[in-house]
Amino acid sequence: MIRDAEILVVGGGPAGLCAAQAAAEMGAKVLVLERDYAPGGQLVKQTHKFFGSEKQHAGERGFQIGEDLLKEIQASPNVEIMSETTVLGCYEDGVVTALRGDKHLKFRPQRLIITTGAAEKFLAFPGNDLPGVYGAGAVQTLMNVAGIKPAERVLMVGSGNIGLIVSYQLKQAGVEIAAIVEAAPRIGGYLVHASKIRRAGIPILTGWTVKEVLGAEQVEGAVICQLDEKFQQIPGTEKRVECDAICLAVGLTPLTELCWQAGCEMKFVRELSGHVPVVDDKLETTRPGIYAAGDVTGIEEASSAMVEGRIAGYSAAESLGRSPEAAAKGREEAQADLRQLRAGPTGGKINAGIEKMKQEGGTVHVNLYGYSH
Amino acid sequence: MLISTGIPTKEDLQGVTPPAQRRAKGPVAMAECFQKIPCNPCAASCPVKAIHIGEDINECPTIDFDLCTGCGTCLTKCPGLAIFIVDESHSDTTALVRLPFEYLPLPEAGQYAMGLDRAGGELGWFKVARVIRGNSRNLTHTICLEVPRELSMEVRNIREGGYRNG
Repeated sequence: MIRDAEILVVGGGPAGLCAAQAAAEMGAKVLVLERDYAPGGQLVKQTHKFFGSEKQHAGERGFQIGEDLLKEIQASPNVEIMSETTVLGCYEDGVVTALRGDKHLKFRPQRLIITTGAAEKFLAFPGNDLPGVYGAGAVQTLMNVAGIKPAERVLMVGSGNIGLIVSYQLKQAGVEIAAIVEAAPRIGGYLVHASKIRRAGIPILTGWTVKEVLGAEQVEGAVICQLDEKFQQIPGTEKRVECDAICLAVGLTPLTELCWQAGCEMKFVRELSGHVPVVDDKLETTRPGIYAAGDVTGIEEASSAMVEGRIAGYSAAESLGRSPEAAAKGREEAQADLRQLRAGPTGGKINAGIEKMKQEGGTVHVNLYGYSH
Repeated sequence: MLISTGIPTKEDLQGVTPPAQRRAKGPVAMAECFQKIPCNPCAASCPVKAIHIGEDINECPTIDFDLCTGCGTCLTKCPGLAIFIVDESHSDTTALVRLPFEYLPLPEAGQYAMGLDRAGGELGWFKVARVIRGNSRNLTHTICLEVPRELSMEVRNIREGGYRNG
């Protein structure tokens, strides 16, 4: 049996929930599919306060923003959330398939909003397959969702916002941080986060990387070394670090499989951290009726993901004729919010990436089904 | 360099430090926020509108030290935990430094905590004058630390735990 859906949202993270909320507010019926056992995405693990302005919930902690969003959405008769439901594919006739338990489900949505988020990057070094080498996301899940202390002493690799924030949260959980190593000569994340953990005594070593991890059965230590300006290891600079876990926070890349499969035009944009679907200002992909929002369109902050979700939600509702005037107004407001968020130097990189994404040429188009646009 | 270490330099701090005369008069806020990021809860929360960011929320905050009453609202609102309140009118030899704190255990008023500088270096044991608990929503606590006056611009954290009773 194929179930009809007016708007189907894939992913119940910050972008997906905001998309659902915006579209539902306009009167559209929305079904959200979330593969985790509870919606909220990465918000549920974020115990630090968010930046932004009041409108973007600045000063609130990520998990609180997630809780509030969910409360509002659950109060709406227009939104249904199906958890533990993993979307498997998006086919040429517009059918979306998903797995829930041992059931294979099929949906035929009028509009599809892809908010699948991102995946963590990994790093190649000897010993990186030893137990105790974690991605930062896993460490956050263990600590903040499962309530498990992941290690006693951690070496953090990467000083982007995730590396800095997870170090802070580890320290809050009573885990020692041996050091944060950063291959680049500059700290990647917000400097207020860096200063906050530096004054807690955690050294941030820019121009350093992990050379190898020591241990036979599990992590028993690590060797770090300095890098030259070409990111080559400098012999003789090796130092041994005592630690029982390595936490990798070396960046994210958009999780775009569904976009590829749906036949959306894709482009590699370094500033957006990988291959991204080509989208217009309404966040519609090159396949009409399919929208993309959040990290899947380029790696950015959760605050921007939420605003992008609103844009996609309003746009989808507008295109369905659901309160089109109010939806257009909502979308325009969200677009203005996004411009404001991206007005500074940190948004400059994203803006440059979006320009590249919109330029002619360079699209990678794996058209599995021979769509014509 | 702040960008490579996370530690603000003297030059960074110069631009945001309230003048000595103002500090001697009573509590005043100091925002150690040096990077343009999209954020404005400090300005939005200030009850006397002493903090200016403006239309572009990426601008760094500037504080009108004459308007600022040192109430500490911004300190608990700043998502970066980058605002401190300094009061050099506390006594002839001591200053009160209020700092945001999100570790456990919390010290109790009257206990002594190890004061740390911006690099996490130890500055000595200082008396905790007061602990203001964050509310159930905000959760950021404020520690009021009594420090030698000459360290009022150095102490920016305390080590969590190991508090002494005298």
